[in-house]
Amino acid sequence: MAEAAAHHESPIPYMVQPHPVTGIPNGKFGIWLFLASEVMLFGALFSSYVLIRTGAPHWPPEGGLTSEIVNVPLGTLNTAVLITSSITMVLSWASCKMGSLPRFKLWMAATIGLASVFLVIKYFEYKHKFDLGHFPSHDNFYAIYFTLTGLHGLHIIGGIIVNTFLLTAGSKMWTTDPEHFTNRVENAGLYWHFVDLVWIFLFPSLYLL
Amino acid sequence: MSLKAFHVFFVGLSVLCALGFGAWAIADYLRTGSSTVLLLGVLGFAAAAALVWYGFWFLRKLKNVSYL
Repeated sequence: MAEAAAHHESPIPYMVQPHPVTGIPNGKFGIWLFLASEVMLFGALFSSYVLIRTGAPHWPPEGGLTSEIVNVPLGTLNTAVLITSSITMVLSWASCKMGSLPRFKLWMAATIGLASVFLVIKYFEYKHKFDLGHFPSHDNFYAIYFTLTGLHGLHIIGGIIVNTFLLTAGSKMWTTDPEHFTNRVENAGLYWHFVDLVWIFLFPSLYLL
Repeated sequence: MSLKAFHVFFVGLSVLCALGFGAWAIADYLRTGSSTVLLLGVLGFAAAAALVWYGFWFLRKLKNVSYL
């Protein structure tokens, strides 16, 4: 009976109720499959980085230390910004769980704001490097630096788009199906945590070591 | 795995990142003598402590939410 109801409530079944096979709603299962593909994407790039770096006679190729050619204070600030944004993201989901849409909006707006701050800081970092003539074609370090941080930046932009939808037009679902909306916020939060997790690995790899 | 479980995992890794950064900053300070780096290192250790506190606060706040 409950299974039949789950089939008929939504065009996609089991968006709120757990699927009897996986034990979780289909949306959450879908986001985890997507994140698994993302792990393979970033994993391949990280592996390439490790292979290029261990095969190079000097790293970075132009000499010195990595921390001397990147802006460590700005990278550190960006790390703090992203960790804080994960906290605000989970608080927006917790607000939905506790039935407060205004609090959800407050925390979600903070998440989007922090993500925007991250991109602005990244813009200044990129601009400084371009002003010095350091483009991806400069050497292997900059090729890897721009590829990994650029791809990560695109993921941040994707997260901002999804979160902005949930904050604005998407939040209308709260009045008709709050549980389904809460699940959507959770899925967006899982994606956002993954993007922030990638940065937790990128920061020491590209800025410190 | 729910967002709750993933968040706890994320906070744990963030603590390790903050501690590692603090250690790196102290080592870099001993090499360069830069007070900015020393300040960043101290902030790194402070951030690690704050994240540990936050992690326990979060677990208390969402104790009724499933890890699935």
